[in-house]
Amino acid sequence: MVTTEPKESAAKKPANELAIQFGSAWEYAPAPETPDHVKIEPRYELFIGGKWQAPHSKKYFDTISPSTEEKLSEVAEADATDIDNAVKAARVAYEKYWSKLRPIDRGKYVYRISRALQEKARELAIVESMDGGKPIKESRDFDVVQAAAHFFYYAGWADKLAYAFPGRNPRALGVAGQVIPWNFPLLMAAWKLAPALATGNTCVLKPAETTPLTALLLAKIIEECDLPPGVVNIVTGAGATGAALVGHPDVDKVAFTGSTDVGKRIQKAIAGSKKKITLELGGKAANIVFADAPLDQAIEGIIGGIFFNQGHVCCAGSRLLVEESAAPAVIRKLKDRMATLRLGDPLDKNTDVGAINSKMQLEKIRELCASGEKEGAERFSAPCAMPKRGYWFAPTIFTGVSQSHRIAREEIFGPVLAVQTFRTPEEAIEKANNTMYGLSAGIWTDKGSKSFWVAQRLKAGVVWANTYNKFDPSSPFGGFKESGFGREGGRQGLLAYLEVD
Amino acid sequence: MAKKKEENGQPTMSTQDAQKSADQNGQTDLPAVDRVPVRKAYKMYVGGAFIRSESGRYTQVAEAPGLSTKENVCRASRKDGRDAVKAALGAWEGWAARTAFNRGQILYRLGEMMEARKSELVGSLVNGGLSRDEAERETLASIDRAIAYAGWCDKYQSLFSSLNPVGGPHFNFTSPESMGVVTIAAPTRPALLGLVGSILPVIASGNTCVVLASEADPRTAVVFSETLATSDLPGGVVNILTGQVKEVLPHLAKHMEVAALDLHGVDGSVAKGAEESAVINVKRVRNRNLTAAEWYNAEAAESPRWIERFVEMKTVWHPAGQ
Repeated sequence: MVTTEPKESAAKKPANELAIQFGSAWEYAPAPETPDHVKIEPRYELFIGGKWQAPHSKKYFDTISPSTEEKLSEVAEADATDIDNAVKAARVAYEKYWSKLRPIDRGKYVYRISRALQEKARELAIVESMDGGKPIKESRDFDVVQAAAHFFYYAGWADKLAYAFPGRNPRALGVAGQVIPWNFPLLMAAWKLAPALATGNTCVLKPAETTPLTALLLAKIIEECDLPPGVVNIVTGAGATGAALVGHPDVDKVAFTGSTDVGKRIQKAIAGSKKKITLELGGKAANIVFADAPLDQAIEGIIGGIFFNQGHVCCAGSRLLVEESAAPAVIRKLKDRMATLRLGDPLDKNTDVGAINSKMQLEKIRELCASGEKEGAERFSAPCAMPKRGYWFAPTIFTGVSQSHRIAREEIFGPVLAVQTFRTPEEAIEKANNTMYGLSAGIWTDKGSKSFWVAQRLKAGVVWANTYNKFDPSSPFGGFKESGFGREGGRQGLLAYLEVD
Repeated sequence: MAKKKEENGQPTMSTQDAQKSADQNGQTDLPAVDRVPVRKAYKMYVGGAFIRSESGRYTQVAEAPGLSTKENVCRASRKDGRDAVKAALGAWEGWAARTAFNRGQILYRLGEMMEARKSELVGSLVNGGLSRDEAERETLASIDRAIAYAGWCDKYQSLFSSLNPVGGPHFNFTSPESMGVVTIAAPTRPALLGLVGSILPVIASGNTCVVLASEADPRTAVVFSETLATSDLPGGVVNILTGQVKEVLPHLAKHMEVAALDLHGVDGSVAKGAEESAVINVKRVRNRNLTAAEWYNAEAAESPRWIERFVEMKTVWHPAGQ
């Protein structure tokens, strides 16, 4: 596909000089997923104690589609009183039902949730893409599938905890307060609820304010699964709602996924309390490409690493570290591949890059990109037509980035890649670890010994070697350093919700 | 001590002898001595060296219960804390890179050195206020703890690790790694067993540490650090400061190069303040408030769970294919 190596930096070349010119030969006919049979209620209440309850504040807020800016529904805004009710319901459910169930029966309820997610996969995927802006092929093939798998995996642990921690008398903590982000709304709900329920805790979960719908559909599923009332409570709202939840004195466990900034505030708020806490925070992952890497595979990995879910991924490979001798070829191939990405309607099955989740996030991405240009990095954005309405940002890379640039240090959480070069493996490791974050990293090389040598030295909780952005319920996920602590997934993920000797 | 010498106008024997003589004969009429004993300066152990506090400050403690003679123990400052973190950080990469087997041998060597200095450790605990029986029990339990953790060094990994059956053509495994520099506020009592029992699980996995020793018996921590210094443990892996937890801990809790805090029975408001400061770099904070009986319960206190508190789990993916 790519014919020759570029003689000079292609950074400023306009799109029409890209190697790949498909012209009209590669235009795709629209292939939209139809949302016809999906029913979104005009208004959603709070799911507390097994009942749908109007919020104490009587306030509701809109949730919109970021790809059309149209209102999809309105959801209740929970205040401290609602949170108190939800925590009380969870406590009663813990004391009265959930802690008294045979573990295998607890597991059966969690299996039910998994099965129901599979049965309703199509509508969940559609609503996820409508409410969050992610491409349907991702919500359909990744988010919903993984969410169901996560419940299925942890359901099976419910009656096997004594084998997971032999001789250590594992026991549930009580009530878990869980706050999740907007980038994988349903999947994050699954990551939080599945291990908590399987280990015998009851939950109060707050979805993000821009993407509450699939969590509310999940509440409906949980209701249909006949879980005892109050075992799972889902309360919608924004920052104040989350603060009330994690600060509630009767919450035994706080689990948070989101930004490092908010994570720190939560850690501080619960200092001195006996609450157990796990934090899954931001990242600025290095994706390291050695000259001996299989370059075409690496390009796919880099593209997936940064543009998957519009880059709204805490473990996104947002810093590309390329061995200097391979940099011209890699950058050329990367730009060529970027030119083929299809940005647009999240419900179109051909779409690679969907809408930015919110106006606020779009502004943040723009601001950081402006700083990248101002600080002297060279910007290349994929040539693509932008829909007139909605929030969009073209896949973008910056070359000539130095370690001190904001785009190399701060989490952008958008489809923006900062490219740096290195000469030795030691330099790559030094640069990769030179960040306050430590969530994930990537390594591309054909040499097995080198990939393990590098993996051992990267200060990151997840290392993908010759692959990127792979997830599985059985695979623990979580960070080093300021990317938080605790693990989600796998046997290790059980520990977040258990007291053990 | 110097002051006392001047009052007496002549050198003393051991302090106990002097005390007895003073009681019997009054201060001015001491018996002749065969030999003047050499007294010890109790220094802190940082970066493999025995140092005084840069601040020049000290705390006086009775040489032994009931004696009026005093000994000077260094009172660590904020700067001493920073120096200790620097030493610990510098030692981390090398210590973590040692083979697990080698770390085990070094901890076993520590057990050997403690056994060899058993009487000195017992004597120090007695001077710190324990009966001889209590001191012996504590010393022997501490030595055994070193042997127990020496054995853990190359075994906990197999217990915490997993090969994860991911749904795809990938080889995927999770294994524990060290966190970095851990600040330990050691329990007040048992001064030796608590110190040894809090350090061992932290360093067994490759972490290095800065330890604030028991304020009730700081000298025993110094005597213990002399066993560390002779046990092939690289300098900087364990750094022991004597002084006041409430003075030094708040600074270490804010330190950006400290990865975690291990707080043993730290006073509520000091612990809360440390937890709040820990937020600056998302430190892992563990509180552990064991009773003396729990420290002596070998089965519980030698559980790998204490190692598990200061490791990070790393998951590595690699495609499997042709």
